[in-house]
Amino acid sequence: MRQRFSWSRWSGIVVKEFVQLRRDRLTFAMIVGIPLIQLLLFGFAINSDPKHLPTAVLSQDHSPIARSFIAGLQNSQYFHVTQRLQSEAQAAELLLRGDVQFVVTVPPNFERDLIRGTPPTLLVEADATDPSATGNALATLPQIASIALSRELQGTGYALAPEPLAIDLRVHRLYNPEGVTAFNIVPGLLGVILTMTMVLMTGLAMTRERERGTFENLLATPALPIEVMTGKIMPYILIGLIQVTLILLAARFVFAVPMVGSLLLLYAAVLLFIAANLTLGMTFSSIARNQLQAMQMTFFFFLPSILLSGFMFPFRGMPQWAQLIGTVLPLTHFLVLVRGILLKGSGPAQLWPAVWPIVAFMLVVLAIGVKTYRRTLD
Amino acid sequence: MSETRSEQSEQPPLVIDVRGLNKHFGSKHVVKDFSLQVEAGEIYGFLGPNGSGKTTSIRMLCGLLTPDSGEGTCLGYDVIRETAAIKREVGYMTQRFSLWEDLTIRENLEFIARMYGMRDRKPAVNAALEQLGLSARRDQLAGALSGGWKQRLALAACMLHRPQLLLLDEPTAGVDPKARREFWEEIHVLAGRGIAVLVSTHYMDEAERCHRLAYIFEGRLLATGTAADLIARQALVTWVATGRDLQSLEQRLAGLPGVQQVTPFGNSLHITGRDAAALEGTIASLQTEGRWRFAPSEPTLEDVFIDLMGQTPTVTQ
Repeated sequence: MRQRFSWSRWSGIVVKEFVQLRRDRLTFAMIVGIPLIQLLLFGFAINSDPKHLPTAVLSQDHSPIARSFIAGLQNSQYFHVTQRLQSEAQAAELLLRGDVQFVVTVPPNFERDLIRGTPPTLLVEADATDPSATGNALATLPQIASIALSRELQGTGYALAPEPLAIDLRVHRLYNPEGVTAFNIVPGLLGVILTMTMVLMTGLAMTRERERGTFENLLATPALPIEVMTGKIMPYILIGLIQVTLILLAARFVFAVPMVGSLLLLYAAVLLFIAANLTLGMTFSSIARNQLQAMQMTFFFFLPSILLSGFMFPFRGMPQWAQLIGTVLPLTHFLVLVRGILLKGSGPAQLWPAVWPIVAFMLVVLAIGVKTYRRTLD
Repeated sequence: MSETRSEQSEQPPLVIDVRGLNKHFGSKHVVKDFSLQVEAGEIYGFLGPNGSGKTTSIRMLCGLLTPDSGEGTCLGYDVIRETAAIKREVGYMTQRFSLWEDLTIRENLEFIARMYGMRDRKPAVNAALEQLGLSARRDQLAGALSGGWKQRLALAACMLHRPQLLLLDEPTAGVDPKARREFWEEIHVLAGRGIAVLVSTHYMDEAERCHRLAYIFEGRLLATGTAADLIARQALVTWVATGRDLQSLEQRLAGLPGVQQVTPFGNSLHITGRDAAALEGTIASLQTEGRWRFAPSEPTLEDVFIDLMGQTPTVTQ
């Protein structure tokens, strides 16, 4: 004899979850607090394009060209000349201590050699322990040098003035022309925060019942597993939507993130992503024996999600195998979705390749969840 | 078979009627060939040491666990196929307090009423609160109640949907004597209304308040019957020793002919055995020393159960 799904029982479970959630002040505070704190913290703090890096200059030539080059460094905003040095030993010491990021050495007779036609060496030593901190600054160097040279040598008739390139090279930085990190980080945080809270909360919600012994009572009632599972998930879908709305409001009004695409489409993507994470949380909770285990599983999933999804580091920069792992994670695809919709204004057709992997992930996890849920009954 | 059927027509109907239920957890055989018949209006005590399979048996009866093999009915529903129907009509009280401590008393009852799909939820909950005497504290969190009150609330919750069968898993563990007494009075009132009650317990005084008893050990039902039946069937002889230095007597008795159990009881020592003549001989020889006084006594249920535990499971019935 099969039982029919009962909306009355289902809504009873939903109401119960809401009442319990309301009583659990800490959890409730976390629901609102976590996204806001993380957003403000990471949104403002993370900068993948660091500027004003401390730079020491060891200038052994005080010619106009050398001065112009150093001025060019300052003007680029990447370099901030903090010290002028007298000796190479001093330079090495500063780099070793980490007091400066760069040491620029202008050799003696720099201008004279240049004019004579024996290209002098301009040495830039960088503390490259953190490649991402120095990368952009170093990339601007050739341009700074060439500008300095052309400015000083223009009209002097020296043949050494750098020739213009034979082709007209143009670079268009689309979707985020100024390279504002927050435009990339804030939409990404949407996915990160949802991953963490959704997986964790559902994971805890079910294991809490098991830990306190109330699960047995629930099972002894005629409530169906599907009613229990979906009923318990329901409040968290709402919480997820509240979090998304909070983050989007902050993105718009605090970080001025452009929102080119359709908000409706964005919320549809968010719902899909929430569903995938809740499914995972439910599956974790049917495997975990207690809340601690559920927590551990969440973090086991959370770390690769942050590191391999393309949230922290460029996805295409990873080796093939790491990209493969990343491809499995729903966050990887959600980042494509949310960045695509917000920054590029992508439509459903362009987004589809990122949609189906999330659906596939959800179905596989759901299958595992249903299987283990049955097993725990017997 | 025909005999039992003719008996049934005169007696109250069987609420629980299961035969040969088995349950394994992995390689562990937790319940072995469990058979039980419980009549309407009967209070059936379920005894046995911890881990003997009491809880598993009860869970199989209320549809929480599916037996690996066996057959039978509970409230007329098949225990293998119709667990959903059984769940709807059985009141099951778990060993641990399993209502929600972060819900109020009223919210808990309302939630349970809803889970059972009751139509007249409000009046039913109010009546239960009234009967419990908790109307004034209805908005208190269940977690704030004392042990005795929690247990009464749990009973009210599993009675809410008016089941005809109550399965109570160690309902009085950790409850004070007064609350236990009140609880049992309530159970008897319910049984008087024709409700069948299967209750597991460790307390011998509670066992004596049951109409019939079943004793389970290592997953096997060793004996069933009334308390008097069980005592008579086991045919034990018990002597009570009093005097000074009972501890040395206890040590001396171990291994003497006829002595099977020596149990200290405050100021006396209970000596129990099956072989009446051998035991009497042992007692007589000790009596000549004059250090202790011995008197014949009746074996208690506890003596019977300890004796049952000591036997190999094959010696049943």
